[in-house]
Amino acid sequence: MNSSILIIIMTLVLAFYLGIRAKKGREMKLDEWAVGGRSFGSLIMFVLMAGEMFSTFVFLGASGAAYRMGGPTIYIFCALTYIVPFWILPPIWRYAKKHNVLTQSDFFTKKYNSKSLGLLVAVIGVLSMIPYIVLQLKGFQIIVSEASYGLIPPTVAVWIGMLCVTVFVYVSGIHGSAWTAVLKDILILVVILFMGIYLPIHYFGGIQPMFETLEATKPGFLLLPDEGLSISWYISLCLIIALGQYMWPHCFGASLSSQNESALRRNSAILPLYQIILVFILFIGFTAVLQIPNLQGGDTDLALFKIAKDAFPPWIVGVVGAAGMLAALVPCSMLILTAATILSKNIYKAVKPDTSNEQLAKLTRIFVPIVSLVSLIFTFYGGNTMIALLTMAYSFVLQLFPPLAFSLLKRNPVSKAGASVGMILGVVLVAYFTLAEATMATLFPKAPHFIQDLDIGIVAITLNLIVMLAVSAFTRKDQQTIQEEEPVKRIIIS
Amino acid sequence: MKKIIVLLSIIPAIGSLSVVNRVEPYIFGLPFIIFWAAAWLILTSICLYISSVIFDRQEENK
Repeated sequence: MNSSILIIIMTLVLAFYLGIRAKKGREMKLDEWAVGGRSFGSLIMFVLMAGEMFSTFVFLGASGAAYRMGGPTIYIFCALTYIVPFWILPPIWRYAKKHNVLTQSDFFTKKYNSKSLGLLVAVIGVLSMIPYIVLQLKGFQIIVSEASYGLIPPTVAVWIGMLCVTVFVYVSGIHGSAWTAVLKDILILVVILFMGIYLPIHYFGGIQPMFETLEATKPGFLLLPDEGLSISWYISLCLIIALGQYMWPHCFGASLSSQNESALRRNSAILPLYQIILVFILFIGFTAVLQIPNLQGGDTDLALFKIAKDAFPPWIVGVVGAAGMLAALVPCSMLILTAATILSKNIYKAVKPDTSNEQLAKLTRIFVPIVSLVSLIFTFYGGNTMIALLTMAYSFVLQLFPPLAFSLLKRNPVSKAGASVGMILGVVLVAYFTLAEATMATLFPKAPHFIQDLDIGIVAITLNLIVMLAVSAFTRKDQQTIQEEEPVKRIIIS
Repeated sequence: MKKIIVLLSIIPAIGSLSVVNRVEPYIFGLPFIIFWAAAWLILTSICLYISSVIFDRQEENK
């Protein structure tokens, strides 16, 4: 037992304590357990939403990406990601409140007056979330095995991670996540600022000297190249992330738990400031490129830990590990909770409508360990294709954007048939492109580079859009007449 | 008023999607390409904050 693993265990205990305390004295109904009963003020909302974005992928993945790609990594803090929700979240929230809608799937069901469309959205949501959960577990695995200095082997570490996350979901629900998210954000902020500033000074005498050394050692590493990770690649990826971000069922759901729409706008305004921390993560990755130059492939995600071990004593590595562990635990518990809720409330109930709310709450609790176990299995078989899986998941949820955006218009030109066909086509295309390892360059070998460099997700969403509008033009829009019915009376859950 | 709010979103959208692909000059120790991207985070935040204040005022007036 070394000091670093001890610090991680202590942090874990604290996280559980916060989770149990937050739950105490609250009777957890299904709504409450998953959405917090639309009672979150702007501060907790902010923490929750920021918390979901600050996951292990940012902590390990962003430093790894900086290590691997260099300058093009700036796409991770493209501010467009916050301008889109500024406009689309308030009308979504307003509609959800008026119709007492608690989940993304219900939103689509209501908007398009189609249960099967809601079911489709639920299935796409769960499909997209599994690889995202796998990624968090992988992060947990790296953090625990690295911070234990090899004492805990990776296979054991991932089992520990899975068990911790599952138990954490049970003890806390969404309220626990909110308070642990506060602890997590403070710890991450401190760790990243400290490492981002200290490491360049420690090795190079400052941030600018670090960049100058990097530019001298690897000329052009800090720039977007003319081909490959070029400007058109950058724009296409930023668009995919900006449009896809709030299509994640958990982000969508968290937005619905806001008290009012003003809080949602202010959140979108403050979140970009929060992302400045990502700039400091780049410093960590760039320092690692120069100091630990030989990491290859999946090992690049270890960059942050390798450099931390090189520069710091074990107890600091422990604090870094504790921050990383929380960065995996909190978003992962949110993801699993959301996936389990979708499985019971949106999928099981759609198939068996006469299920009572108590049975649903029970089912949700049963689905939690099932989702965890399925994700764990994929952790073993995922191999090195993690990044490919995540890109695939992002492109999956992106397919929900066109029908959602159109449904916010006063007169929605899209029919439920159009929306369904478009989304299914989009998802199938993304799956095919991923499995066939197709890129724009392989699909259009003669196209100019600025087209070849576009992310493949753009093709899927464009075809989705075209087919959706074409099918809609030929099908009756029967939902339009029903849309303006009187607000649904709240179903009283006793 | 609506026009101002829309403009306050379009400007940072264009700014954040544009890339100034050069290392020199260094600003606050950052290569220009990174400084530019980071600067738009702050500017976007300011633009959206002003917009949300205008939105809130409009709600109150209703």
